[in-house]
Amino acid sequence: MRFMVLVKANEDSEAGVLPDEKILAAMGKYNEELVNAGVMLAGEGLHASSKGARVKFSGGKRTVIDGPFTETKELIAGFWLWEVKSKEEAIEWLKRAPFDETEVEIRQVFEAEDFGAELTPELREQEERLRAQVAAK
Amino acid sequence: MTVSDTHRAIDAVWRIESARLIAGLARIVRDVGLAEELAQDALVAALEQWPESGVPDNPGAWLMATAKHRAIDLLRRNERLERKHEELGRELEAQLEMAVPDLDAAIDDDIGDDLLRLVFMCCHPILSTEARVALTLRLLGGLTTEETARAFLVPEPTVAQRIVRAKRTLAEARVPFEVPRGDELTARLESVLEVVYLVFNEGYSATAGEDWVRPALCEDALRLGRILAELAPKEPEVHGLVALMEIQASRLRARVGPSGEPILLRDQNRARWDHLLVRRGLAALDRAERLGGALGPYTLQAVIAACHARARTPAETDWARIAALYDALAQLAPSPVVELNRAVALAMAFGPAEGLELVDVLTTEPSLEGYHLLPSVRGDLLAKVGRFVEARAEFERAAALTRNDRERELLLERAAACARGNRLYEPPG
Repeated sequence: MRFMVLVKANEDSEAGVLPDEKILAAMGKYNEELVNAGVMLAGEGLHASSKGARVKFSGGKRTVIDGPFTETKELIAGFWLWEVKSKEEAIEWLKRAPFDETEVEIRQVFEAEDFGAELTPELREQEERLRAQVAAK
Repeated sequence: MTVSDTHRAIDAVWRIESARLIAGLARIVRDVGLAEELAQDALVAALEQWPESGVPDNPGAWLMATAKHRAIDLLRRNERLERKHEELGRELEAQLEMAVPDLDAAIDDDIGDDLLRLVFMCCHPILSTEARVALTLRLLGGLTTEETARAFLVPEPTVAQRIVRAKRTLAEARVPFEVPRGDELTARLESVLEVVYLVFNEGYSATAGEDWVRPALCEDALRLGRILAELAPKEPEVHGLVALMEIQASRLRARVGPSGEPILLRDQNRARWDHLLVRRGLAALDRAERLGGALGPYTLQAVIAACHARARTPAETDWARIAALYDALAQLAPSPVVELNRAVALAMAFGPAEGLELVDVLTTEPSLEGYHLLPSVRGDLLAKVGRFVEARAEFERAAALTRNDRERELLLERAAACARGNRLYEPPG
């Protein structure tokens, strides 16, 4: 199963202060461990929210709001996508991350089987298409 | 944390640490079976102590230290029991004592090498293929005997016995705990890749049982492949195999319909492919190709898989190129199965008659006698040229040969369609 690991922003990340060499090296080593273990599928760091924007949807109306955004702790500063056997495994991996003061969130990624009945109409259509093709042969 | 929370945490730690633990211990005690027993003992100790004390900050180091102490105890006990092994015991103990002070550092530094040694050990050619698979999943994949048994639809005691026998065989043959060199490396690596791909294939199109795919097994194989790619980064075929598996796995969720029936490549909804895995596969393929040299069989298959992955619609598929790639593969690793695939590509590139010509030759191939995909492909091509009576017979034969229930249903459906097609195309009067 896949987990998205969401690293929250802090004042430094929002101010565009890049991590120092020591932190970068520790993070590099940690990423290497994740890759060596075949766990990491993807991972990126994000620019400060001042370089981002939001689009607000309200009825048919779309309003664009430019960054920065104020609620620093609610913002995302980076993410990983991991493939592991269980939530516990994701937690064990995360506990090894070289963070000092922060909170990191783990969220499970939806996979086809999680959709259950929700996905059926599209798939049913697909199945019917398949049957039609089979019948046409 | 409740006791069951702790147990789940211990399971997770075990999955992360067990291979490294066993590999590190195997280097010290020079016996994979004993190394696993020691690691298991440490796990039992964790199950006893962690619910009380909590999971330690560095659980891997805790397990290693515990296993190390057990190793020393065991060697001392053996020494008392068997005087004739005294020398050996002392020697091992000396090695252990020597290793103890900087063991953690050594484990960290050499862990890659140790893991690679363990990989080659598990896939040693003196073991049967089943034994290699069972041992690899157990020692490297961290799967329990029960999980392996369930994955391969064999009784648990059978898997347990395979593992016990495999360990005994390795110990009796005194297989050295090392990475092979030179020419031997190529041959031994082939055996490793074969095991990983076999696990993947069993998940990708199960040879038997009710389910058409078992994604968990594909994930296990992919994880092993990804680990291997970092352990042996200069081996192009390792990256070729990873590329092949990533690209094939990208289609997993598009391959199964709502009632579990298989959906063939040309009928898949390509928007449902996992494009992250496609990208990872193409990147791995790039790594393989950049290492240079002639493309090996896995890399060639990955190039073929990439041709499909790059086509946004079935009509965009470059079948002529795929036919040429199968031709190259047939020369490199000749096999009737490759020929059968080449026939499909030829049919798609140059028309069904072209493919049928090659398939007809293959019908006399003894090794394909029980292979359900031969009549399945032949039935498909016969139907395309309008020979429905023969096509129906071929689909029925294929249905009788497959051991997968879902595939059988699809084949019988196609046979029935041919029967209808026959009536439709019957000349009037």
